[in-house]
Amino acid sequence: MPSTNKEKSKTAKKTSNGSGKKTSYLREDLYRILNDKNVADPKKEPKIDKEILLAMYRNMVRTRLYDERGMMLQRQGRIGFYVPSFGQEAIQTGTAACLKKEDWIFPSYREPGVFLYRGASIVSMFCNLWGNSGDVCKGRQMPVHYSFADLKLFSVSSPIATQVIQAVGASLASKIRKTKELAVTYCGDGGTSETDFHTGLTFAGAMKTPTVFIVTNNQYAISVPLHKQTGAKRLADKAIGYGMPGIAVDGNDVLAVYSAMKDAEKRAREGGGPTLIEAVTLRMGPHSSSDDPTRYRDEKMYDFWKGRDPIVRFSDYLKSKKLWDDKKEKALHSEIKEELAEAVEKAEKMAIPDVTDLFSDVYAEKTQQLLRQEAELLKEQELRGKFENTSEAFPL
Amino acid sequence: MATLTLLGAIRDGLLNEMTRDERVVLMGEDIGFNGGVFRTTEGLQKEFGEDRVMDTPLNESGIIGLAVGMAVNGMRPVPEIQFMDFIFPAFDEIVSEVAKIRYRSGGGFTCPMVIRTPYGGGIKGGHYHSQSGEAYFAHTPGLKVVIPSNPYDAKGLLISSIRDEDPVIFFEPKRLYRSMKGEVPEDDYTVELGKAQIVKPGKDVTIIAWGAMVPICQKAAELCLPRGADCEVIDVRTLVPLDEETILESVKKTGRVVIVQEAPKTCGFASEVAALIAEEAILYLEAPVVRVTGFDTPFPYTLEHVYMPDPERVALAVGKVKNF
Ligand SMILES: Cc1ncc(C[n+]2csc(CCOP(=O)(O)OP(=O)(O)O)c2C)c(N)n1
Ligand SMILES: [Mg+2]
Repeated sequence: MPSTNKEKSKTAKKTSNGSGKKTSYLREDLYRILNDKNVADPKKEPKIDKEILLAMYRNMVRTRLYDERGMMLQRQGRIGFYVPSFGQEAIQTGTAACLKKEDWIFPSYREPGVFLYRGASIVSMFCNLWGNSGDVCKGRQMPVHYSFADLKLFSVSSPIATQVIQAVGASLASKIRKTKELAVTYCGDGGTSETDFHTGLTFAGAMKTPTVFIVTNNQYAISVPLHKQTGAKRLADKAIGYGMPGIAVDGNDVLAVYSAMKDAEKRAREGGGPTLIEAVTLRMGPHSSSDDPTRYRDEKMYDFWKGRDPIVRFSDYLKSKKLWDDKKEKALHSEIKEELAEAVEKAEKMAIPDVTDLFSDVYAEKTQQLLRQEAELLKEQELRGKFENTSEAFPL
Repeated sequence: MATLTLLGAIRDGLLNEMTRDERVVLMGEDIGFNGGVFRTTEGLQKEFGEDRVMDTPLNESGIIGLAVGMAVNGMRPVPEIQFMDFIFPAFDEIVSEVAKIRYRSGGGFTCPMVIRTPYGGGIKGGHYHSQSGEAYFAHTPGLKVVIPSNPYDAKGLLISSIRDEDPVIFFEPKRLYRSMKGEVPEDDYTVELGKAQIVKPGKDVTIIAWGAMVPICQKAAELCLPRGADCEVIDVRTLVPLDEETILESVKKTGRVVIVQEAPKTCGFASEVAALIAEEAILYLEAPVVRVTGFDTPFPYTLEHVYMPDPERVALAVGKVKNF
């Protein structure tokens, strides 16, 4: 963990936003299964079917390559904005792999791997990045704000942590309706400061809802490091105050994430109430395509986590079980790259939404005012022809 | 005089006031070490230290509540809300607390502060990075609402706001942050709150706007001239307090009015201006007052250029009132 010690951070050289000098950046309290040599602790190793293990690995690689593609499209000026999840593949995959398809997911904007594991169409996801007519949201939201109602992947919102209490509501409905569906929600370390995070945990604790709260502690909220975000040493400890169990796991150890989630899932499913999981990692990319992390990042910490790539660690494990090898790795990469290239080609060709898409879905039925405004716009379009696009890219 | 961007002028205003008055403190998300996501506060933490330029935890209600406590205890906080779209978690602190403290305590407590926040579209930000929420705050007695449209005004209005005894919400047109440049005096000056400015005089039609819509309306006025309408463009600058005199005088001269806002139509501030004109100058009108506004829909992503008023849409409205 980066130094949360205030005395130390004051004396540290100011090349990063308040980091201290620490030799190890890994907290000692984290639940781990893979050791530093990527060997599993036999006493803790979860029993996971071979097919599931391979599906998990595939999802992690697919998430990485999807993110790389998203960043590249943004850098090439083909899409306006992107938010990568580099380094967080194990957290997304390890948690998603424990869910049933009837469970609800309330994600943040940095969970493409959860969407992919659930089976969201990659073409549809790319259409969202372009905000075109193939996008289920009809180009109304910024890129990465996906929504898949048929997959119970709740529409991503920008305002931080609003989804946390909503997930509690969804799981309370399941409890009342006795459907056995859980709700899982994701937010960041920064998100734990927002009011809705605390509201969510308060309600879930009081109402004993079947909810799992996953806090991806990637140690930064844009430029703000964890020790400026909170005085708490462990975000998992926040669970105590709300009357639920909390566990902190090594977020780059997919087996540890899976095991913690499995435990939480079982508790929720059996009526034991909510759990808070803090998955500790480091955000390996920029906050978004508009951000330059070298302005504030602790580079030593970055190098440390670079050596703990969750994909490499998992592939070492799979290789030790004779489930994986370099040949398979190569084949997987080319298969996914081909899939991505095809999807990009399909998505990029789609037209932008129709101007009348501005007015639908505001209400179930258009109001008189909307009908009039729509008619006026169509008349204006006839009069003037095109609308000139003078928007500038996100100047963050 | 230096040529500054609108963003640079705001930074200059903050620098000026922080140097002059050590009660002035800044707080917000990413504003310290990183100098703000738009770089408005670049270098200020280095210059004034972490006690005066604070990176806060991620909680808007916290940022404003913190500022209330600091203000009643003798400081002059200038909190930043990273995007106006994220001000709503702080709505209660602003509307129930900041706006009412002077009134409810019989003047015993006051909380002068300037809430700075970037607003508006045209940057491909979708509905959570583009909205124009000025009407919510103009509708709240006890708050002043200031929206500059150019670098000179941005610095002068910001300095006036920081020196004001009442809370001010200061909307920054982020679309113009870097694209709008202008001459800005290096030293201390103020632009008085409650005074609109005629940015282009004209005799045929009055166009009324604020913030990022002002340059749009100036361009519209250029389009209108060869089409036979000489427009007068008024930059309202402060919605609260509103300079009724400048507006009414112009309307009485031209008899024709177009009011332009980026926000949705229903209950926008344009409606307030239209009502004022109806109440005070109806006998001078030669045509119905026309509003050019965003639609009554959430702010879109891909079609934002269709959603937002542009010079051509304003010019069409001018044609309509001119030829009524
Ligand atoms: C209510 C609200 N305030 C501010 C923002 C601007 N913002 C976007 S992401 C972010 C940081 C979030 O950090 P964290 O919760 O740690 O998630 P991460 O980005 O690291 O995944 C901020 C401040 C926002 N989207 N919503
Ligand atoms: Mg974070």
